[in-house]
Amino acid sequence: MNRSPYISDAPSVSIIMLKVLLALVPSIFAYTWVYGGGILVTLTIATITALLSEAALLKIRQRPIRPYLSDLSAVVTAWLLALALPPLAPWWLVVVGTFFAIVIAKQLYGGLGYNPFNPAMVGYAVLLISFPIIMTKWPAPLILAQTKLGFMDQLHFIFSNALPANVKIDAVTSATPLDYLKTQLMLKHEVASITQAPVFGTFGAKGGELVTGAYLLGGLYLLQQRIISWHLPTAFLATLAAMSLAFYTVNPAHFANPLFHLMSGASMLCAFFIITDPISGPTTPRGKLFFAGGVAVITYLIRVYGGYPDGVAFAVLLMNMCVPLIDAHTQPRVFGHSKN
Amino acid sequence: MNSIIQFASKLFQGQSAADADDVYRFHGGVHPSEHKQESTTLPITKLAMPEKLVLPLRQHVGYIPKIKVQVGDHVLKGQMLAEAEGTVSAAIHAPTSGTISAIGEEVIPHPSGLPDMCITLTPDGKDAWAPLQPVDWRNTDKKELVASLRASGIVGLGGATFPTHIKVRADGKSQVHTLVINAAECEPFITCDDMLMRERADEIVKGIEIVKFLLGADQCIVGIEDNKREASIAMTEACKALPGASVKVVPTLYPSGDARRLIHLVAGIEIPHDKRSTDLGVQVFNVATVLAIYRYFAFGEPAVNRIVTVTGSVNKPQNFEVLFGTPLQSLITAAGGSKANTSHFIMGGPMMGFDLPSINVPITKAANCIIAATPDLFPAAPPAMPCIRCARCADACPVNLQPQELYWFSKSDNFEKARDYKLFDCIECGCCSYVCPSNIPLVQYYRYAKSEIIAADKAKEAADLARERNEFRLARIEREKLERAQKHAERAAAGKAEAAKTEESAKEPVKTDTEKPAAAAPDDAKKAAIAAAIERAKALKAAAAADSSQQKTESTETASSTSNKSAKNESDKDEQAKKDKQALIAAAIERAKAQKLAAAQAGAAPKNVDNVSPAVQAAISEIDAIREKAKQAVKTKDADAQD
Repeated sequence: MNRSPYISDAPSVSIIMLKVLLALVPSIFAYTWVYGGGILVTLTIATITALLSEAALLKIRQRPIRPYLSDLSAVVTAWLLALALPPLAPWWLVVVGTFFAIVIAKQLYGGLGYNPFNPAMVGYAVLLISFPIIMTKWPAPLILAQTKLGFMDQLHFIFSNALPANVKIDAVTSATPLDYLKTQLMLKHEVASITQAPVFGTFGAKGGELVTGAYLLGGLYLLQQRIISWHLPTAFLATLAAMSLAFYTVNPAHFANPLFHLMSGASMLCAFFIITDPISGPTTPRGKLFFAGGVAVITYLIRVYGGYPDGVAFAVLLMNMCVPLIDAHTQPRVFGHSKN
Repeated sequence: MNSIIQFASKLFQGQSAADADDVYRFHGGVHPSEHKQESTTLPITKLAMPEKLVLPLRQHVGYIPKIKVQVGDHVLKGQMLAEAEGTVSAAIHAPTSGTISAIGEEVIPHPSGLPDMCITLTPDGKDAWAPLQPVDWRNTDKKELVASLRASGIVGLGGATFPTHIKVRADGKSQVHTLVINAAECEPFITCDDMLMRERADEIVKGIEIVKFLLGADQCIVGIEDNKREASIAMTEACKALPGASVKVVPTLYPSGDARRLIHLVAGIEIPHDKRSTDLGVQVFNVATVLAIYRYFAFGEPAVNRIVTVTGSVNKPQNFEVLFGTPLQSLITAAGGSKANTSHFIMGGPMMGFDLPSINVPITKAANCIIAATPDLFPAAPPAMPCIRCARCADACPVNLQPQELYWFSKSDNFEKARDYKLFDCIECGCCSYVCPSNIPLVQYYRYAKSEIIAADKAKEAADLARERNEFRLARIEREKLERAQKHAERAAAGKAEAAKTEESAKEPVKTDTEKPAAAAPDDAKKAAIAAAIERAKALKAAAAADSSQQKTESTETASSTSNKSAKNESDKDEQAKKDKQALIAAAIERAKAQKLAAAQAGAAPKNVDNVSPAVQAAISEIDAIREKAKQAVKTKDADAQD
């Protein structure tokens, strides 16, 4: 029998997923520091929901449960969704989003390896469309909030949607910089004056930019570990920077600078953790450049002209649709063949 | 500060030195742990004479050689036991003197594990050579040298086992300018070429000289991976004796020993997928093959032994000089025996080798390495997971294929797509499987898809042949019909001409001049008609079809009756003038032209109609059309006669 090669040197799928989770740890720390411990609750709810629904669906689909649960891909989806949701999102929102991501976007398409869309982004998009108010209501970073909620208060809020007595909702929430920028621009204010508002930090959102920085850190770790290729984050960030730079150069009063776009919203999460999902992304090197560039362009356009403050989820899903086309048209030259 | 500058310049120099060395890189590749140290500590050892030698007839690529001995014959060492038959074939020689004890099926080292025809030789212990005839190659005609090589039994010893005499044969089309010696030995564990170069570099270079001469090559580049320092030093030293020969050290990166990869590495030439390396003036020989050629020309020794690496879970891993046909068991015993947890034996390296079916298999010309495998050395792969499209395989592929796509297409039996994505450029090196996080046996999928496609192609070829035969038959029927009509017309014309001659020969002798081309014309017309019929038959492939086989028999019958009728009509018109005959010929020529035109137009349409019956149906409609034309011709002639 011919079953060569007999040797292998590949990290298993579980190890790859574990490293992705590891890369998210710094941002979870930063998140906790900026928004409080509520995120840990959200992460836990998402993880449990993901594992339970994955197990249930594997059972229904008569697939072996243990090897597929231990590949940790469901946990990665759960964490990415949890980190994309607003902190202090109600528990049921997390459950619904995760359930949708795992059951509809992943298992019903055939499970690991077969989902054409990024499951976390499907879950996110479903929630954003279904519950737009909750999804755009972000708590203020602790340094800005008038009233700082403790961990138990946050836990209580997540499960019962009730704040401690004598604390009003406005005291703990604030608009996100992308949101604030958008609404203020509509009121004919100029960028320079808008960014004087307290929600803005040095580069992006006050506090939030710390989380963004942690994503960058985790992303560099993934690059170093060769879990992700340089093509995707580089093309995404470069295109986003180039787009915003072009607009900013034309009219700095109306368009925010490139650094703000890179360090705000889900830019870094998207660059290193969302578009780098191999299953729903392209496989060819050139395809990766096109894909990431496309996501960046759509993200920017939604941010500036669209109806939502950030556009990462829709941009990723739209580009997911183009993946077969991109792959088919970016096939590299095979050794010994001329260019087509 | 100075040290930093020095360090930087060193780095820079290192880089530029590599550039200057002209070593090209190929895409991808992997670097598994080498495991070459184990078997290079001891020198090559000659194996003791085993009790019997089993020589499979199929030890090379190509036709099975013809047996020239019988059971009971006593043979001398180097005596030919089986003769190369056909172009691509290789002879088998007695590895020692002794008696032929059996000719029959034995288990052979093949992935299938199936037995095959073998000659069994019981050594007499004398190891007496048959009279050897060294060849003065410098003063011999090249054709004779090639013919002589054909009798040497030498095949590519790198593992491909392609008969050597084919590779040095000048095909008259391309001139080889560069001889590449494959000494990369990129697979882990294998060290037979390494040891050979360390110990016998001078003889190898003498072999290179012969091959270079045979090919008429200007230069020779010996490609050695940089993990074989001693070998490359020995070869560099030995190459000084031969002008135009040089050693090029290439980075250790599997599969640099693949011929096309190596040519690219050392010569910077990318061989197009549809061409051979000789088309671009490059020929590749394995280092051990070159040595065998030297031994054959210098001493007259045919291929009777080779160097085999015995490694893995054996007590004394080393290289042996082994007579072909030696049972694996003797080799393992000589290597100190296999360790307790040995599960099986692998022939070849861990990347492309295969499991041996038993410890009784003989060593053949292809056996470069035997690895005693244990579960620790080669742990069983965990169950395969779904492909996560991580494209690590694409990054590792030395051919720059997209293995994840090929896997997808192969798995779903989408073979056309697999072919489009260049499945047949896959060299089955195993790099993709080696790096797959989901442990998918990718190479097995590709082998499966390739074999399915080849089988389908063969079936299609057979169907095409059947269809062609049918079309030829139809063309023949058509031709015979035309010939019959032609004969009748000729006979009629001849009768008329005779009459005309006797009447008018005195009055108008000039007429005979016009007679001549007319007499020659029937032949041409016949040829044209046949050609037209064949052309038409070819064009049928494109035509659309009605169905029902009843229609077929019906129309065939009517066709023949009509032709009879028209022939009869014509014979009735015996008094028809020469003019009519010429008109008929002209019509036939016109028809042929029209058919050719139609065929040419139809030729643009796709020809690979797999089903036979539409073609048959189309043929019938075509015949109907011809019948109509014939009717028309008869009618016009009738009308002419009435006028």
